This record gives sequence, C-alpha cells and structure tokens, in this order.
Amino acid sequence: MSTADVVSPVTTPGEHHAHSGEGHDHGHGHQPHLAHHFESYEQQFDAGKLGIWLFLVTEVLFFSGLFCAYVVFRVLYPELFAFGHLFLNKELGAINTVVLLVSSLTMALAVRAAQLGQRQVLISMLVVTIACAFVFMGIKYVEYTTKFREGLFPARYFAPTPEALLHAAHMIHDAQSHGAAGHAAGHGAHDEHAADASHGHEGKAGDHSHEEVNKNGLTAAEQAMVDSVKVPANAGLFFSIYYCLTGLHGIHIIAGIAAISWILVRSIKGHFTPLYFGPVEYVGLYWHLVDLIWIYLFPLLYLIH
Amino acid sequence: MATIVENPSLTGGSPGAEPVVDNYLTFTRGWKSWAFTLDHKRIGVMYLCATLGAFFVGGIMALILRSELFFPGKQFLSPDMYNHMFTLHGAVMTFLFIIPGIPAAQGNFVLPIMLGAKDVAFPRMNLGSFYLWVFGAIYLVAAIIFGGLDTGWTFYTPYSTTTNTSVILATTGVFILGFSSIFTGLNFIVTIHTMRPPGMTWFRMPLFLWATYATAIIQVLATPVLGITLLLLIAERAVGIGIFQPELGGDPVLFQHFFWFYSHPAVYIMILPAMGVISELISTFSRKHIFGYRFVAYSSIAIALLGFLVWGHHMFTSGQSAVSATMFSFLTFSVSIPSAIKVFNWLATMYKGSISFATPMVYALSFIFLFSIGGLTGLFLGALSVDIHLHDTYFVVAHFHYVMMGGTLIAFLGGLTYWWPKMTGRMYDEFSSQMAAIGVFIGFNLTFFPQFVMGARGMPRRYADYLPEYEFYHQLSTIGAFVLGVALVAAVGILVRSLWTGAKAPPNPWGSATLEWQCSSPPPHDNFATTPEVGDPYAVESVKWSDSERGYVKNPSYVPSKDH
Ligand code: HEM
Ligand SMILES: [Cu+2]
Repeated sequence: MSTADVVSPVTTPGEHHAHSGEGHDHGHGHQPHLAHHFESYEQQFDAGKLGIWLFLVTEVLFFSGLFCAYVVFRVLYPELFAFGHLFLNKELGAINTVVLLVSSLTMALAVRAAQLGQRQVLISMLVVTIACAFVFMGIKYVEYTTKFREGLFPARYFAPTPEALLHAAHMIHDAQSHGAAGHAAGHGAHDEHAADASHGHEGKAGDHSHEEVNKNGLTAAEQAMVDSVKVPANAGLFFSIYYCLTGLHGIHIIAGIAAISWILVRSIKGHFTPLYFGPVEYVGLYWHLVDLIWIYLFPLLYLIH
Repeated sequence: MATIVENPSLTGGSPGAEPVVDNYLTFTRGWKSWAFTLDHKRIGVMYLCATLGAFFVGGIMALILRSELFFPGKQFLSPDMYNHMFTLHGAVMTFLFIIPGIPAAQGNFVLPIMLGAKDVAFPRMNLGSFYLWVFGAIYLVAAIIFGGLDTGWTFYTPYSTTTNTSVILATTGVFILGFSSIFTGLNFIVTIHTMRPPGMTWFRMPLFLWATYATAIIQVLATPVLGITLLLLIAERAVGIGIFQPELGGDPVLFQHFFWFYSHPAVYIMILPAMGVISELISTFSRKHIFGYRFVAYSSIAIALLGFLVWGHHMFTSGQSAVSATMFSFLTFSVSIPSAIKVFNWLATMYKGSISFATPMVYALSFIFLFSIGGLTGLFLGALSVDIHLHDTYFVVAHFHYVMMGGTLIAFLGGLTYWWPKMTGRMYDEFSSQMAAIGVFIGFNLTFFPQFVMGARGMPRRYADYLPEYEFYHQLSTIGAFVLGVALVAAVGILVRSLWTGAKAPPNPWGSATLEWQCSSPPPHDNFATTPEVGDPYAVESVKWSDSERGYVKNPSYVPSKDH
C-alpha cells in the first residue's frame, strides 16, 4: 500500500483541481499530499487507516495457519513440546520479550511526538526502536546459531549432539529434583547453551574434571545421563514449528526495520507535521502487531510445562 | 442494435482522427502511459487482456486433454504428460483466470465508476496487484518449462512433497498470485467503505458492488491462509520440516484442511462477483427493478461468511471424524439457501418484465440454468453417503465445471458483452454475438453433461485412460469441448472485430440506471466531471429510449418513488 498517499485528517473542503498527466498525487497544487481521486484529506486519511487495519488482519490470518499447526501438533504430541522446549533459552527469550516491549513503547512515543510536531523526539524514538529491533535480531541470531551447532534442525535433519542432549538431561534432572538446594546451586549455568556445554558445565567441573572423556567428549557419568534421556519420536517436529514461527516473525521484524528506517529518513527530512503524520502511525500499528505476535510466541514456545 | 449508425456528436471524431471528447483510452499515449498507469480503467483493461490470454492457454490444454480421451488407450499423451496437462490446466484456469477474472478485470473497470468515484482508494497498489499477477504467471510458466507439475491444482501432500516436478516454482507463483488477489480485495473494501458519494447509502449500491464487497472479504480473509500453506509446502520440500509428512510425524490431512480452508471460500471468490453481474443484467434486460434487493445484497454476505465453514465437504473420504463430516455436510446444505435466494429473486425480477434477449441477457439466462444444475449437484456431493460414491469421479468434475464455467465464465462473458460498449465505445454485432452465446451454451452442456453420467457410473477423474464402456460419453464430451472452443473464440472474436467495425456506443445502450452509464462511452479519464447524482440503481424507468441518441437518456417524467 502506498502509505505515502495518506495524510492526517484536516477539515479542508474537497476541491477539484486540474491535474496533469497520469499523476495521481501531488496534483493539488497547494494541497501537496492529497491524491487527485480523493475529495478531502479526511477521506484520504480514513481510506489509509482502513487499509492498514485490513492489512493487519491478513497478517494475523497469515500467522494463524502456523498457530493452528502448533495447536494440532501440541495436542497430538504433547511430549514433543515438553521435550523440545528444554533446548530453548528462556533467558534470551525473556530478554527479547522485554526488548520488544520497550520498542513498542518507543514506537508509541514516536507516534505521539509526530502528532505533536516534536521532530527531535520523533527522530530519537525511532532510532531507539530500530536499535531494539537490531538487538532482537542479534539475540535471535545467537539462538539460531547455537541450535544449528547443537544439531537442532527441522524434522528431517534433526540430530541433536551429545552436548545438547547432556544439557537436556541436566534440565530434566533439575526439574525432577526441583527444590533440592545443592543441585540448584551446582547447575546454575545450565541455561547457557552449547558454547559452554562443549567445554564442560562449570557446575560439574569441580567434581568431574579429572575423569576421562569418551569419544563424545563426555565423562562416563555424563554419558550415562545422556543415555538416560529419552528422545521422543519425531522430536524434530517441535523445531520445525519453532523455526517456522520464529522465522516468519523474524522476517516481519526485518520488514519492520525497513519500514521504520523509511519513516526515520522522512522525519529527518522534516516531512511530518501535526497535520501530516499518517505514515508514522501506520508503521507504528504494524510494529505493535509484530510485537504482539512475539508476546504469544514466547510463552507458547519457551514456557511449556 | 446492429443497425446503429454513427453519431459523431456522442463521442466525437471518427476512428483515427483526434478525439474531440476526452476519454481514458486516448488521454495519454505511448506504451509507458499504459505500463505505469494508475487509472483503474486501464488497469482493468490490462487485467482483461491478461486473464483472457491465460484463459486461452488453459483452454488449449483442455482441448489437448479432451483429444487424448477421445479413444481409450494412449493416443499422443503419455500418462505422465497427461498428469502435467490437467494439473496446469487446473492451476492456470483457477489462479490466473477465474479468480481474478471478474473482480480484477471487470470489477476494476466498473467499480469506481459505479460508485461515482474517480478511482480506487489505492491506485498504486492496484497497479502493483496487476504486476504481481504478471510475476505469478511467469513463475507458473517457468514451472512448466523447468520440469512441469503433476500434483493436480490441489498440491496434495504427501505426493507434492515427493514428486520431482517443479512444485516450488509453481507454489511460489500461486503464493504471489495470492497477494495480487489480496491487494485487489483490500482496495475494493476500502474504496467501497470510504469513497461512496453523498447519497449512496449501503442500500443504494448496485448489487454488483455488494457482490464484489463480499468477494473482497473472502479474498482478504482466506487468501493469507493459502499463502502460509504454500510457504509450509515450500519449506517442506526445501528443508524437510515434516509438518505434512507422515514419516516425520506430520499430518498430510492437515494440508488438506489448510488448502480447503482457502479453496472452498475461493469458489465463492469465483461465483459471488458472477452473481453480482447477473443481478445487474437481469434487472436491466427485464426492464424491471430487481426483486428483493435487500435479500440479494444480504445473501452475498451470507454466502461469504457461511462459505468459511464448509471446507470439510472436500474431505469426506479423508478420514476426518464422523462428527465433523456430519457438521460439514449440514453446513454445506445451508450455504445453498442464500444461493437459492438469489436464483428466486432473479426469476421474480424477470416475471412480467419486458425481456430483451440481447447477448448479455442470453448469457444471464444460461447462467441461471447452468448454475442451478451446478449448485444442485453440489447438494448431491454434500450428502455424506452419496459423496462416498461420487467423490473423485467425473461427477465432481462436471459439478465444478457447471459452477465455475457455466457460472463464472458465462457471467464473465455476460459482463464483458454488457460493459464492452462502455469499455471500448463500440457496439458489437448483436446477432452473431447472440449466436455465439447460444453456441457456448450448447457446447458447454454437450461437454459436461455426459460427465455427470459417466461419473455416476464410476469413471474416476484424473485418469489418462478408461474402460471401453465410457467411450461414448468421452466422445460426446470431446465433441462438445470443440464446439465450445469454437463458440468461445467466435464470441471473443466478434467483440474484437467491433473495435474496427462497430458503431459508436451511446453512453447508455441498454437502459441501466447505475452510474457507469451516465458518463460517456468510453468514460473520460476522470470518470465524471462532477460527482454524479445518486439515485436508485435499479430504477430503470428513470431512463427512456431515444431514437436520435440511439441509446437511453434521462426520462424527464420520472419521479423517484419512496419505496426503494
Ligand atoms: C452452491 C452450492 C455448492 C455446493 C453445495 C457444493 C458442493 C461441493 C462438494 C460437496 C464438493 C466435493 C465433492 C468431492 O470432492 O467429493 C464440491 C467440489 C467442488 N466444487 Fe462445489 N459446491 C457448490 C458450489 C460451487 C461453486 C459455486 C463452485 C465454483 C465456482 C464450486 C467449485 C467446486 C470445485 C472446484 C470442486 C472440486 C475441487 C476438486 O476436488 O478439485 N462449487 N462442491
Ligand atoms: Cu467446496
């Protein structure tokens, strides 16, 4: 959609102007952002607003197919989800949730600044929003590369490494002996991912450092733990769903970065005024939707019991 | 109408000379003025040419298929080639022709004019939607060139995840076409909501607009689900996500649910605008106010909404639970209520009207007849026990061709002949065009009626070969297909010929009261100099025939009544 056509409501009476050529916009002489087929700014603004809302509806439906797949498989195979989520890093997920919440706030402030004509505030709020988006993507990158290293691929290629399994074993163990103080302290670093796992968990380092390691780089006790992990059949399906949902969401974040950057350039050029701030508002709505989807994704994928 | 003499005072100038009156065709010149146009009328015309081109390609494929089936055994297509051919025929016809046909081609042209507006709400998005169509078409063609496609237009898993044909190219194409369709729908909803002129309340809108509005709702709500389904299928093939693959724990029936969640509503994307066209035609050519306006209007919305709840009727044999099958069957029956409401209202409109059998009306009458057969056989298929027998036979093929071709295509032709004078400023030869329309009707029935019979006798669909007992029906069907092909080429040819030989069209050749007939033919670039006065769109008495204008003009003695 051409958000450039969209202008804030101004109660200017509709006027007919001679237009030149095929140009549909900028044909209004002293009404610079009114496209020639609209009667008034107000009509144009309403059209843009309805358009963006409908677009968001299509986005929701686009994701709904995936959410539907999530529900179907969670009902069919609850054990996959109970198992698969152990490999996700709750801390990083939580940080990302906070990052996006902050970015939603700054986006809202940006819209307000645009409405009030505070150009400096607008620019700085947009910069912060973009920065948050980059932090989000950075963290996502760390999560993805960690998973790739641990062999946690979509179904057909799912092959978790011993380190990944050891990590899962500790998580299961922790969950079972939850509340046993000694353990909790000993395994404080479990949520660190493979990077640490491959160098041996700090928590157990004191006990086992002198033992021999086998071809998997594990001690006998660790190998026993790994062997005790029952990997459910088709465990990779969880990761298929994880990658589809977070991947599609990530693509939307990237699109959001592009859109906000475009708004940023225009605000630096001073395009927006209290009378004309439509594009900021529309990009803002989009951004809130993208954040909202993450608010659902986080508990659905990371916080499973 | 064929005897009309040129009346230069209407549109001015003779062919070739500089036009006296501004019209959208001559407004600017050069290919760029078309390629980058934002004018909804030009975009509509480009869509029209493009979709007709796709229809032609799909039609050739159909004739090849029917020729192969003229005798049992192999004639000239290997079974593999046969699979490719019916798949591409289905995909091209569905995604490139029938879905955009009426809304994007004719709707684009007339919708803003019917509203008395200058354009759709987002002209750039409108042009974008056209180019998305072009890209989608290129991908489909690329799929044909690089390995073909043999999954059927339904892309059912798990076959589509294992075949070595170009599934990814084709589904990418369909994905892109989906966005083209979404953009059209979104544009129409916004246009109808925000750009109606003062005085045009919802219940003063022509029924074609109600129909395109209902269609747009489906386009916006259903198409994204197709999009995500196709993305998942692509991911399935590319990185093995397993969601639809049983050996990885996935569920191929889930694909069917996703696919039909879009594709059943999609059949209403096809038929609703067709019904809208028919409502216009029946009232105009019976010279009577449409009967039960509100019922016809609401039934469009009812069809659009109920259409979302019946997709399971495509899956009665897929192993879905008996409870859901029963629910889906019940809901399927309920959709036929609003469809029947429309048919009864059209018949009531014709009752005691002074009916003219101009070409568009011939198509409209064919529509009522053929759509009724198509819809009623849909009820056979919606009945659980009967469908077990008929599913995946030629009976289904005949059913959906009666609704898609007998319904949508015929209405497309009806609309095309109806708005042709408006689009081009030319009258076509009435008699030959009526004959072509009758030829289409005969050819159509000869092609598809035998398919009901052989389907009921067990002939399965999508087979390259058959037992000798079906030979007679297949031969009838093939002969019919060629009659139909010739008649269609003639129908379009007659229209095209009128561009050179046709008489100048008056602004209102048929006597309709909707706004698009108030501007000149072809319309000026801006459609209307000033926003037109809005009246009852079906007050056909508001215009009367004028010999000197060779068309209908305002009736000075018409007094608007209060009841409409
Ligand atoms: C009016 C009421 C209608 C009813 C009750 C109805 C019912 C059905 C049913 C039950 C089937 C499934 C048959 C089977 O596979 O065993 C079916 C298939 C189909 N119908 Fe309809 N239908 C209706 C209208 C339409 C319309 C208006 C269209 C298109 C314009 C349409 C297009 C199709 C198509 C394309 C298929 C088959 C798809 C495939 O398997 O390839 N139907 N219909
Ligand atoms: Cu259906």
